Amino acid sequence: MTITKNYDAIIIGAGHNGLTNAAFLAKAGLDVLVLEKNAHIGGATVSRELYDGWKYSNCSYVCSLFRPEIYQALDLGRHGLEVVPLQGGVTFKQNGDYFGSYHHHDIQRREIARHSQRDADAVVRFNADLMKWCRLIRGFLLRTPPDPGTFRPRDAMEFAYLLKKFYELSESQLYEFIRFFTMSIAEYLEEYFESDVILAHYSGGSIIGTGLGVYSPGTAYVLLHHAMGDVDGSIGSWGFARGGMGSVSKALASAFCAHGGSIRTDAEVTNINVSNQRATGVTLKNGETLRAKIVVSNLDAKRTFLNVMHSEDLPGDVVKRAKNFKIRGSSGKLNIALDAMPEFPALPPGSPLTLGHLHFSDTLERLERAYDDWKEDRWSSDPYTDTVIPTQFDPTMAPPGKHMMSVFVQYCPVEPEGGWTDAKRDAFGKTVLDQLAEYSPNFYDVLLHAEIRTPRELEAEVGLTEGNIFQGELTLDQLLFNRPFPGYAQYRGPVKNMYMCSSSTHPGGGVMGAPGANAAREILRDLNKSDTTPEDFGDD
Amino acid sequence: MTESTRAIVIGGGHNGLICATLLAKAGHAVTLLEGRSSIANAPDLEFAPGFFSPGLAHIHTELHPKLRQALNLTSKSTGTKTKTIALDGQGAHIHFYGDKVEGTSVSDVDQAAYASFRKEFLSYAKALTPLLLNRPPRLKNMDRGDQFTLAKLGWSLRFGLGASSMREFLRVGGINIYDVLNELFDNKLVKAAISVDAVMGHHMAPRTPTTVLTYLTRLFAETHSEPSVATKVDSLHRELEASAIAAGVDIKTDAWVEKVIIENDRANGVQLASGQTMLADIVASSADAKNTFLKLAGAANLDAMFVHRISKTRTNGSVARLHLALKDIPSFTNLTTEDLKGRLLIAPDMRYIERAFNPTKYGEHAEQPVLEITIPSLHDATMAPDGQHVMSVNICYAPYHLKQGWDNARDKFTQICIDTLSAYAPNLPSQIIQKELLTPQDIETRFNISGGHWHHGELAIDQSFMMRPIHGTAQYNTPIENLFLCGAAAHPGGGITGLPGWNAARRIIAMTKDKSS
Amino acid sequence: MSDHNYLSTHEPSPFDSGIRAQSQTENWTGWNGYLSPRIADTLASEYFAIRSSCSVMDLTPMEKYRITGPDATAFLNRLVTRDLTKLRVGRVAYVVWCNDEGKVIDDGTVFHLAENDYRLCAQHHQLDWLLLSSIGFDVSIQKETHDIAALSVQGPTSFSALSAAGIKGLETLKPFGILNTNVNGFELTVSRTGFTGDLGYELWAERARADDLWNTLFTLKDTGLFDIRLIGLDALEMVRIEAGFIMPGWDFNTAESTIRADHDRSPFELGLDWIVNFDKPYFTGKSALLAEKARPATRRLLKLTLEGNKPPVGSFIFHGKKGKQTGAVMAQTWSPILKRCLALADVDFIDGHPPNDLWAEIYYQKELKWHVKWARCEIVEGQFWSHPRRRATPPMPF
Repeated sequence: MTITKNYDAIIIGAGHNGLTNAAFLAKAGLDVLVLEKNAHIGGATVSRELYDGWKYSNCSYVCSLFRPEIYQALDLGRHGLEVVPLQGGVTFKQNGDYFGSYHHHDIQRREIARHSQRDADAVVRFNADLMKWCRLIRGFLLRTPPDPGTFRPRDAMEFAYLLKKFYELSESQLYEFIRFFTMSIAEYLEEYFESDVILAHYSGGSIIGTGLGVYSPGTAYVLLHHAMGDVDGSIGSWGFARGGMGSVSKALASAFCAHGGSIRTDAEVTNINVSNQRATGVTLKNGETLRAKIVVSNLDAKRTFLNVMHSEDLPGDVVKRAKNFKIRGSSGKLNIALDAMPEFPALPPGSPLTLGHLHFSDTLERLERAYDDWKEDRWSSDPYTDTVIPTQFDPTMAPPGKHMMSVFVQYCPVEPEGGWTDAKRDAFGKTVLDQLAEYSPNFYDVLLHAEIRTPRELEAEVGLTEGNIFQGELTLDQLLFNRPFPGYAQYRGPVKNMYMCSSSTHPGGGVMGAPGANAAREILRDLNKSDTTPEDFGDD
Repeated sequence: MTESTRAIVIGGGHNGLICATLLAKAGHAVTLLEGRSSIANAPDLEFAPGFFSPGLAHIHTELHPKLRQALNLTSKSTGTKTKTIALDGQGAHIHFYGDKVEGTSVSDVDQAAYASFRKEFLSYAKALTPLLLNRPPRLKNMDRGDQFTLAKLGWSLRFGLGASSMREFLRVGGINIYDVLNELFDNKLVKAAISVDAVMGHHMAPRTPTTVLTYLTRLFAETHSEPSVATKVDSLHRELEASAIAAGVDIKTDAWVEKVIIENDRANGVQLASGQTMLADIVASSADAKNTFLKLAGAANLDAMFVHRISKTRTNGSVARLHLALKDIPSFTNLTTEDLKGRLLIAPDMRYIERAFNPTKYGEHAEQPVLEITIPSLHDATMAPDGQHVMSVNICYAPYHLKQGWDNARDKFTQICIDTLSAYAPNLPSQIIQKELLTPQDIETRFNISGGHWHHGELAIDQSFMMRPIHGTAQYNTPIENLFLCGAAAHPGGGITGLPGWNAARRIIAMTKDKSS
Repeated sequence: MSDHNYLSTHEPSPFDSGIRAQSQTENWTGWNGYLSPRIADTLASEYFAIRSSCSVMDLTPMEKYRITGPDATAFLNRLVTRDLTKLRVGRVAYVVWCNDEGKVIDDGTVFHLAENDYRLCAQHHQLDWLLLSSIGFDVSIQKETHDIAALSVQGPTSFSALSAAGIKGLETLKPFGILNTNVNGFELTVSRTGFTGDLGYELWAERARADDLWNTLFTLKDTGLFDIRLIGLDALEMVRIEAGFIMPGWDFNTAESTIRADHDRSPFELGLDWIVNFDKPYFTGKSALLAEKARPATRRLLKLTLEGNKPPVGSFIFHGKKGKQTGAVMAQTWSPILKRCLALADVDFIDGHPPNDLWAEIYYQKELKWHVKWARCEIVEGQFWSHPRRRATPPMPF
């Protein structure tokens, strides 16, 4: 008789949430193993070399939502993480002009005033309102959502806490918050701004990664998932992880290992083993069985319940809900190697704006029409793209003098009519490259290589269902106590000793680490271990 | 209180009538002012000699039994109950009646799914009753009425529905009807027909989030009655007028209100277009919020942000109406004359509806519109000369602001609708004697509704409940003392429900009581 | 390609070259997108220029709006808490305006230039709020901040100096009056207004006349007859506190930029009861202010004098020495003319009244060593300091 090791915990998937979860469990003294199907860790938070000498953040590409509380608690700075604030940002207009986004308050004001004097003043009102909602939502990120279907004291107390936070708002702010939560980003912004390009510039963040249009109710809230990040107290600002997003995973892995955890790559889990409605361990693709007292899935809700668990091990409603869980692939990504910096003649020479996000959709109508294409299962003929060139200040990512460009594309269908072919994928890519070339005449001259990834490729490599970066739409039906499903929003799975820590759980996607930390808190609570996860810093 | 309170109600629509009647019953001296020359018989319904259109709403449901009771309405007010028929291009139409759906293309699974869907969703709609039949509760600074409503609503959701249904309700409450129907049904036509009810009258299509909620608010009427085809003899309106008169309401027609007179920040009467002023202790307006606040009351009497928020309410309609005067009964492929008494839908699938909607976002009209058709003259022969008929059509979607201007597109759009109809009724074009197209702009002018919106404003969540028409005036009283809202601009919105008028009346009565005591 | 100059953080004032020539210290600070001197020479010389001779300050960064049209008066009257129907042509009024909740958005001055023609000067950017408030009014609102060259000339000798510069008619110009005149061949508007609590004027010309205006003043200085001195914002801060004037955004958080509950302030909470007039047609915030008026006051921005000579920088205010914390100092200065520490402090009230025994806890440094000291505070009604010359018409020719 061989005695197989019985781990305290096995975490499936070495993405940033899996590693965060693992690190907090290890910090609490548990014997933790992380299993990763790929040869590299990181999931969607990776830097990889896909072209000689070029490193890519080939999935997620910017960093701001990552919770500073987690950063501090796991000491990620000492584990090698460096996040550099991102400057600039621009939306190019079709008429040759542009709208720039500057860090300096007065320059930003003048730039807005160049397009609309009124909007330059309205931005004060807008920022103050957005900050109110940010403060409120941020306070819920590192907490477990209460379940409205139970009468447990803890849920009641958590509800009371939620209500108390809401009631810190005045009555009219309370209604304004509900409106913000339920409105479309376009209609929300139209209550503040008049200039087309400013409306378009601010709207973009609300549709990134989302199968909704700028006029779809509920998109205003998605803006927060891009706006509530902060880099050193500068709210709404973005950061680049030096060395690419893989640095986040690397630092998390380093922290995890420093607490005694271990990681196995090339170890794809095919099944979560369940007996007597208790998770007992996992089976790997090679047939190997690993035992663990608890199993934590960092896979999205669909993969967890439809791929690695058997329906007979699950309550019927969970299978149904997993099937109905909305994960809509709506995005594509291009990773581009450039021989030199592309020119953008619309910008003044030496402009800092290329340091940030580049956008080419200057009206709400163009943004919404891009969505109409997607509804018809086509990629957008005039897509909304979010482009960054991090090599401008992170020289580690490309050979000297060369550049790396990341283009996130909204929208790209999960399955165009007749299915994806390589030819269709390339045609999709060409649509995006052509749009870039419209604003950058030397673009094709400096283009060395472009890796084009549709939802098909994103799903195949990273294991994100449909390539959805949030592991589930951030719509009203899938937030808070509804995420991933009503009744299962507290990180505990439907069988005992099984947990979920992916972005399919509250508070959802974006590289913030909160689902991983929250799940760790619940696990440690069930194990009667002292809590190693951090509390929210607060904002008063 | 020795003297009775003098109240003026602006507008003789059903909400105005109901509000006036209930105020009068409570002992107020009520004058109802209607700008047109008649309450129940709108003169402009005759769109061709001898041909009458049914007005703005061509489908009716009954008022809620509790409201009928409050008004002492005895007779069955609406016409014959009717079924819905979703038209199929090949003639394989699908018939909906109550919880049943029938058609050669409908599988047993879908039939069963439909029955359970209706049951489930009717129970959700019913669970909303405490919310719809009361003033929307404030979420902060509540009074006992607010707390009571919230408690009733909480009870109705938690115990009326039960934990699992409540969770499901909370999930679907905010999502789109497209996803829900795809989860439940296979048949395209079935899904399309249901989703028409979720989107018609709204600037929404099946994939717009929150269309489940709009569907539920529409379904609410079916928790206590069944839809029927509206006719010229708007018997409900007549009945309401009669009950108003019986209650002692002084109805003045041709009395166009120019503005509400406000002195010392209080409403104390109205000024008519004739120049005449009428004093009152209370003024209740069934006009929409933009008309009430920006025209009748005036921005100068209100806070700036309040006015800004009113001006930003989304009130542009997206439905046009087409009235056709026909030589004889149109013949639709595979439909009997009895079938034609029902409500016919042209919406082959949900994508079709979505495609019809897309252009309205950009100030363009649908090229292949969604149509809802009734032939009211089959129910009321007086609507057309002998043997001739009237067809009434709701058209989705037609934007309020058309980029090219409605004057340049009116004929083209009318033709598009007729072409769409004739795919199902080939001989229709030759039967047309006269036609009348009402764009949202025409509806605005004719019915004096800002934007020509059926519901006096989008029924999106951010414009519903305690945010309807905007927060700060969602409980029928307005920032101006003694001025109240009692029309569809207020909670719970449009449709022939009478609920805004009823809720408003109770609010006014309670507030005047508080004041005099 | 756009000409937007992204490299410069600030726009040049029309008086840029003159100011740079006068500014010895290169001690600049940003103000509404312009660079303004904090101190041009020395704080003491600038303070005493205001209080004993003649000071000059560039008003370019002050936000200016032109409001015209048939409803201009009705619009402004609905905007602000004061009754402006009583403001005659040729007169200026200090005003505040509130949001719907009766919290102050900003303060400023309204100039009634001509029939249906007003200028509104504001501390902060107001175009959005003004346009938002204009729904339903037949008015035109133009931002003219950049189109006007304006200087503030303040101090006891300002009357003599400006008269010597050739400006006629000042002897009959009353406080808050406007004079349209012509000097050295250009049109000039003079108002007897200012932010110093002293005798003083504000001079308004077209932007193209900025150099002429500047030279009119500073050639006078070159005669050696008048001490005309460019001052910076630090000296202004001292005198405005002496005069008891408030600064939105510094002494309290303006309503539109407030994020946290209860961090904004009403006119009553700022001690501005005297410009809230309920006997006028409706104005934004009126309902909320009426409701507030009916409740006992919960806090006030109080004017305090403190014993000793240590300015209460960032101090908390306590009820009783080492007692319960009850407020905080929002602005403070040592007043050279009163030889006293002055403070504006946000203080919680008890049952509608200020606590009767207020103390400040003051941290100060001597040779890099920190000390703490308790200072008794006394509440002052009205201005800390004022002088009859401020109101005398004709002013005395110092």
